[in-house]
Amino acid sequence: MTLSSISFSAFGQAEFWIGVGVLAGIYGIFVLGLQLNVGFTGIINFGQVGFMSIGAYAMAILVLKAHWSFWLSLPAATAVAVATGLLIGLPSLRLRADYFAIATIAFAEIIRYVAENARGLTNGNIGLLGFDSSWVSVSNSIQGWLSTSEIQLPLLLVTWGLFGVLTVVMRRVQGTPWGRVLRAVREDEDAARALGKNVFSYKLQSLAIAATLGSLAGYLLALDLAFLSPDQFDPSVTFTGYAVLILGGLASYVGIAAGTAILWVLLEGTRFINLPLSAEQIAALRFVIVGAVLIGLMAFRPQGLFGKREEMVLGG
Amino acid sequence: MWVAASAAYSLANDERRWDTGEVVELMRSVRALDAQRGRLRRAVGARPALAGLAFFLAIAIALLIAKGANAFGQTTVFGVVSGSYFALGAVGLTIVYGVLRLVNFAHGDFLTFGAYMAFVINVTVGLPLIVAVLFAIATTGAVGVGLELFMWRPMRAKGAGMLPLLLMSIGLAFVIRNGIQMVAGTGERNLRVNVTSTIAFLGLRIGRTELIVVLTSVVVLTLVGLMLRFTSLGKQMRALADNAELAEASGVDTNRIILATWLLAGGLAGLAGVLYASAVGVFTPDLGFLLLLSLFAAVILGGIGDAYGALAGGFLLGLIQEWSTLVIDARWKVAVGFAALIITLVLRPQGIFGRARAI
Repeated sequence: MTLSSISFSAFGQAEFWIGVGVLAGIYGIFVLGLQLNVGFTGIINFGQVGFMSIGAYAMAILVLKAHWSFWLSLPAATAVAVATGLLIGLPSLRLRADYFAIATIAFAEIIRYVAENARGLTNGNIGLLGFDSSWVSVSNSIQGWLSTSEIQLPLLLVTWGLFGVLTVVMRRVQGTPWGRVLRAVREDEDAARALGKNVFSYKLQSLAIAATLGSLAGYLLALDLAFLSPDQFDPSVTFTGYAVLILGGLASYVGIAAGTAILWVLLEGTRFINLPLSAEQIAALRFVIVGAVLIGLMAFRPQGLFGKREEMVLGG
Repeated sequence: MWVAASAAYSLANDERRWDTGEVVELMRSVRALDAQRGRLRRAVGARPALAGLAFFLAIAIALLIAKGANAFGQTTVFGVVSGSYFALGAVGLTIVYGVLRLVNFAHGDFLTFGAYMAFVINVTVGLPLIVAVLFAIATTGAVGVGLELFMWRPMRAKGAGMLPLLLMSIGLAFVIRNGIQMVAGTGERNLRVNVTSTIAFLGLRIGRTELIVVLTSVVVLTLVGLMLRFTSLGKQMRALADNAELAEASGVDTNRIILATWLLAGGLAGLAGVLYASAVGVFTPDLGFLLLLSLFAAVILGGIGDAYGALAGGFLLGLIQEWSTLVIDARWKVAVGFAALIITLVLRPQGIFGRARAI
């Protein structure tokens, strides 16, 4: 019966798994920001995909419409994302946690509508192409040094290299006095305030760093796809990020790497199960899996793989 | 304060020389203006609902004068039509929040579920739409109850906090939407309703089906409102929403009321899904997901947890979205709704009617 047979032939395809690895690395960087917000500061950011979208679009628009150098457009795009983060955080971080969650998802959806409808800048649903020529030439020379035929290998190395460095940096930062204040804010806002800490400012800084990480993930995604369109940035990206976050474990930076690798192997692995399903059914199945992972973890193992139960402040 | 600031600005930038008398005069008028603003602010603080309504009416009158009666009237009709399914969906969402303090991200997908259940009866089986509507209400209500029994109740028993419940509802949303997509595909579907015949009155037009949708919604919402106000069940729901421990201590059977809440919220969501599918004409598995944030907007406009507020918020949102098309391109109207959500959260998180109480 075809229903249960699994073909392993494609498991040997390096190109395919490099592609999966790139995506996993991009989501890893994306989730580092969520970890800082949710795991360490206790603010429920449901709009992380908005920062990713801003990073990617600002980079592409600066290169294509303003004719900036690609390398200069990267820090500029991050600056735009951070500025937006401050703009959205200033009024909304004073809100209660669940209101903040709704406000941030609304922000991310507004960004998506702008990407869809401000056609002069973003080309709407037709999308943007051709912003990555500087990267392609660098990628080609890396490919030359490595003497490999795998086109995506340079991006894989850059993505995971960056992800690794950022993970180390974020862990270090968490151990500093600044990081300990964030944790105090998560544990008990009033206590932190009583100790003279400006809770609001710390939350704002946390959100700004998440915006930075989101924008980095944004340009990597843009380079991966060599194409930008609004539907790549729907809220399901944020929530897939949450599945990675919870799978790896709240308040564990190391867990993210494991979480993203496992989830993406699981999601892409569905291609190799010979189910009698159409392509669109397979696409739906992947999100059923994301949903089931979220429900199952929350019900049976809210601390994920590497999280500690005592760190699950939001877990009640 | 900005009055003073702008006065100072014009003082600093004006070429003309000002004499002391003029400056004193100006400062006096600035102070008078500030006092007026203070009075206005106190008045707004005293009667927030009235102030909200007055603000809204002012916008309506401005648009009526600027754009003419016909354009204004027609967008108002459209706004009432979309408001009628926003309100139905929002009431269920807000009641669940009021009673359970749960922001249910799967609520939009309850609407989708209702629409597809109606499709099964109305198109696949071929029975009349009214049977399909009842079936959609019953099955979606049953899904609400089933999830309470197998998911939410055990999670409450474990003492799960806000984030796990939020993420669970998001996971549930993914499973419902994509489960439907796996079975039914992403293609556009439509119910067997008349989407072409329209009724004209006073130079305005409304689809025959749209009119039925509005009337159904108004009747059902009135019944729900009466139920909450006058029946024992409604009173117990409101008691639970006000103070769960006190309600339980006074002998309210919490679990029974929570089940009734889910049944009501699910049933209303199922109905809202069918009404949306009928009024708009076509639907896909994304229906509820795309509507969810609009439902949140309606809930927050009316004050979260306030059932009457959600009702008003739903119609208000419909009007805001449709009226916005008089000023800017119609493709922005959904984003206008989200902007209204954020602005309300920032300026008046308790909702424009300012009633902080739940349900």
